[in-house]
Amino acid sequence: MIKFQDVHKAFGTQRVLDGVTFDVRDGETLVLIGYSGTGKSVTLKHVVGLIEPDTGEVYVDDLAVSTLDRAALTALRQEIGYVFQAAALFDSMSVADNVALGLRRRQLADDEIEERVHEALALVDLTGRDAAFPAELSGGMRKRVGIARAIALKPRYILYDEPTTGLDPVTSAVIDQLMVRTREHTGATAIVVTHDMRSAYTVGDRIAMLYEGRIRQVGTVEAIQQTEDSVVRQFIEGRPE
Amino acid sequence: MLTAVIRAVGRRAVAAIETVGRFGHFLEDFARAAADVGTWARLTVVQMRRIGVDSLPVALFIAAFTGVVLALQASYTFKGTVPLYFVGTLVGKSMMLELGPVLVGLALAGRVGASMAAELGTMKVTEQVDALETLAYNPQSYLVVPRVVAATVMFPLIVGCAISLGLVTGWLTSLVLLQLSTVDFIKGLRLFYVFKDTWYGLFKSASFGCTIALVGCGVGLGTRGGAEGVGRSTTQAVVYSAVLILVLDAFWAVVLL
Repeated sequence: MIKFQDVHKAFGTQRVLDGVTFDVRDGETLVLIGYSGTGKSVTLKHVVGLIEPDTGEVYVDDLAVSTLDRAALTALRQEIGYVFQAAALFDSMSVADNVALGLRRRQLADDEIEERVHEALALVDLTGRDAAFPAELSGGMRKRVGIARAIALKPRYILYDEPTTGLDPVTSAVIDQLMVRTREHTGATAIVVTHDMRSAYTVGDRIAMLYEGRIRQVGTVEAIQQTEDSVVRQFIEGRPE
Repeated sequence: MLTAVIRAVGRRAVAAIETVGRFGHFLEDFARAAADVGTWARLTVVQMRRIGVDSLPVALFIAAFTGVVLALQASYTFKGTVPLYFVGTLVGKSMMLELGPVLVGLALAGRVGASMAAELGTMKVTEQVDALETLAYNPQSYLVVPRVVAATVMFPLIVGCAISLGLVTGWLTSLVLLQLSTVDFIKGLRLFYVFKDTWYGLFKSASFGCTIALVGCGVGLGTRGGAEGVGRSTTQAVVYSAVLILVLDAFWAVVLL
């Protein structure tokens, strides 16, 4: 279980999170929506300790992330897969090496690493592209490698940071299906940050909207679709006014 | 007006103190990461090749011409007043104690330091450093320690080769252009030679290598703001490294000579 409890975060004078509170239940996929620049990615980075809250706390498996020392944080991170917005693949490594990097950290046998790499690449339909380098891949393929890198670890939690941003509608749908397939395959608890509502409805069990540093509303897909909240309504319908 | 000046000075002072503080944290993290030998040991070999082998041509090029110039300038200075075999003395002492380590250090500050800052800076702004963290690696163990160890080990080797070539080109210049015999050149070279001349230069170059790598990595990992930030970090790495090399050079001269 992931739990945000009254998390505040500011960068200089800019207050980004102003009391964020929500939780993600085991096995569910929670979609975090909100306008660009409202702190969705910042929220996600708190889960793996890339950013520490000014006040408040984030709990993963009842562990307060900001209080963990490096060894405990490393152990926690081995339970979490993170898919970055721009994939964040290592330019100097092949696709296979990118996927294998996290597995090598777990000191698995070479055979097992190879097997897991092939399995993960097959799941994202990239079989046979092991030797390619990130620069040789399209944006959609890079995102799929990023997802393969996360799921190869067989994590209990997966965090997706805008997995469909910048992709065409068809590739976005492919990524959505991939996230659904990944959940069916791994049973991992997930947080998906996005402002793509089609994606949110496809992959989410529940949707939370971040607005002005706080969670404006959280509820099931149906509850969000039928919301009376004008701010949430405007966002999900994509109306300018 | 006065208030504005005081504010500006204050802001600069605070920024400078913050930079020193950040670098202090960076060094503290580095010391912790050095304990993670399993991660950095295998990566160090790759860095040794990149830093050492790839930097050798630049270092040799500089040393070759420095040897020529030193021999000619020594001859020009000594002619008619000091026996010409002192050319060997000057070429030897200058190459070993000062010009070999410092000129190569400054050149490699540009090549190695800038390259590290640009590479790590790009990794930082494209979230590759964050990705390493989420994969349970310590970026310091994975990126910084191998580079610092490799630079500290390889710089003395590169400088050793450069000094040797500088002596050879100094000798060839004396032989061909100054009509100084090999025996006389070697006589001058050995005249005031002590073993300290050798280890002092190599020790100094190890400290330069360590400094250049620490600054390059520290500045690179502190990069913010996309391509412009990477460019700024690259420039900073070269400038800081060059300044620190000259400061260290003076420091070692005071402490060790």
